Amino acid sequence: MDNKNTLLPANGNNSFPLPGMLGRRRFLSYLGLAATSATVIAACKKDKDGNNTVPPGSIDLGTGDIGILNYAYALEQLEAAFYTQVISSPFSGMTANEQSLLTDIRDHEIAHREFFKAALGTMAIKNLEVDFSSVNFGSRDSVLTTSKAFEDLGVSAYNGAGQLLKDSNYLLLAGKIVSVEARHAALIRDLISNGSFADSTVISMNGLDLASKPADVLTTASVFLKSKLYAGNLPTS
Amino acid sequence: MNLLNIISSIEKIDPEVHDRLDTRRGAMQQFAKIGGKIAMAAVPFALGSMFKTAYGQSTSDISSVLNYALTLEYLEAEFYTKGAASGIVPVGTPAVGAINTIRDHENAHVAFLITTLGSLGATPVSKPTFDFTAGGTFANVFTNYDTFLAVAQAFEDTGVRAYKGRAGDLISNHAVLTVALQIHSVEARHASHIRQMRKARGANVKPWITGNDTGGIGSAVQANYNGEELTTQAGVNILNFVSASAASESFDEPLTANQVLAIIKPFIV
Repeated sequence: MDNKNTLLPANGNNSFPLPGMLGRRRFLSYLGLAATSATVIAACKKDKDGNNTVPPGSIDLGTGDIGILNYAYALEQLEAAFYTQVISSPFSGMTANEQSLLTDIRDHEIAHREFFKAALGTMAIKNLEVDFSSVNFGSRDSVLTTSKAFEDLGVSAYNGAGQLLKDSNYLLLAGKIVSVEARHAALIRDLISNGSFADSTVISMNGLDLASKPADVLTTASVFLKSKLYAGNLPTS
Repeated sequence: MNLLNIISSIEKIDPEVHDRLDTRRGAMQQFAKIGGKIAMAAVPFALGSMFKTAYGQSTSDISSVLNYALTLEYLEAEFYTKGAASGIVPVGTPAVGAINTIRDHENAHVAFLITTLGSLGATPVSKPTFDFTAGGTFANVFTNYDTFLAVAQAFEDTGVRAYKGRAGDLISNHAVLTVALQIHSVEARHASHIRQMRKARGANVKPWITGNDTGGIGSAVQANYNGEELTTQAGVNILNFVSASAASESFDEPLTANQVLAIIKPFIV
């Protein structure tokens, strides 16, 4: 795969790995200051493009539609890494049926991850480092509880991000993926407790599924990530 | 034809017409410049295209999508309401709770869409008269449990594709788009569970759609699944990463309104 080719227009980001840092250096150079990092944060909240400065060590998801696609790519990286681990070290008592279904889900999440990576090309964020220390992969209960959390989170993330996209082609792609995540969520919930596929913990009285903002989704996801994501440049409306 | 009279007439209905057209000021000036030169016959066409741009996704476009969704929800709500009341769902099994849950969601969607249409000042379409046997194709839909579940699967999978196909038409209205997405994923959860119910009764089917496979239902619902076999997304060949089955399963595909209306036509009297 040639990931230097991008299939997406450069309409929300640039290929520089840390655009925020570039802006900060230029700003400091202009002022001729040797500032402490605290001063930098206080004095320089925007870079030359008007973007918020990325905290040192964080990965900027970017702006506009590209930022939202990178946000989705980050979640897919997390899910793919999780199911890869689930299949490589199956929990005790995993049935053949469970193994088959969880292998399918792993492959779907890998397909999503690799799709975003290829489509974003040079605008893609880097590979994230995950932290699954809170998960006991030997325990069915621990694995399925985590899986349920990831799938419901993914559904709510895509549902909440749809309105942040400007390009209807990207909206359609997100729509193609979110319903597959919802199929996963329902299946995992039924494996935990048959009939809980769409219970009142996720579906409102009006029959509506969850929809969450990126900031809320990333707060939940950050527990499972060593890498720090910065969502401050994502669109908010 | 007097352009100012037309705009003045629209203003009576839509006080914001000047704001809408103001963003098209360049087009207006262009129009004024060429107005004297082009043949009068071409004026209505030029006007129509100008207003279409200014009103890109008007309330009437949004409400037509919502009425389309309402028609599908009427279909599903009545299907599960009748199915739950028919006694076909095995008493004392988890299926009763599952079918009742889905029934309640579909009825909630109907009520919510009617409320939403009302809040937009639009008139909700009335409920069609349904024939769930589809003219005899599923003659035993309320007397044979497997037929009932097969029709349920087709409805749910098609509902998912239908919402997906119209999401782009709602992109200008964030609130309505989000609601549509929130219904869309509920339909996908339903589809997943119905498929598991069919699998438990011996059908060769997974919670997700493999290729354009009907899950053993057959040619009567093939149109509901055609197009799902896609393995290239936005120019990216998904076969580079996973098997053909997984590549098609990992992305659900949309259907156009015309495709969906053709699919549900046999169910409407």
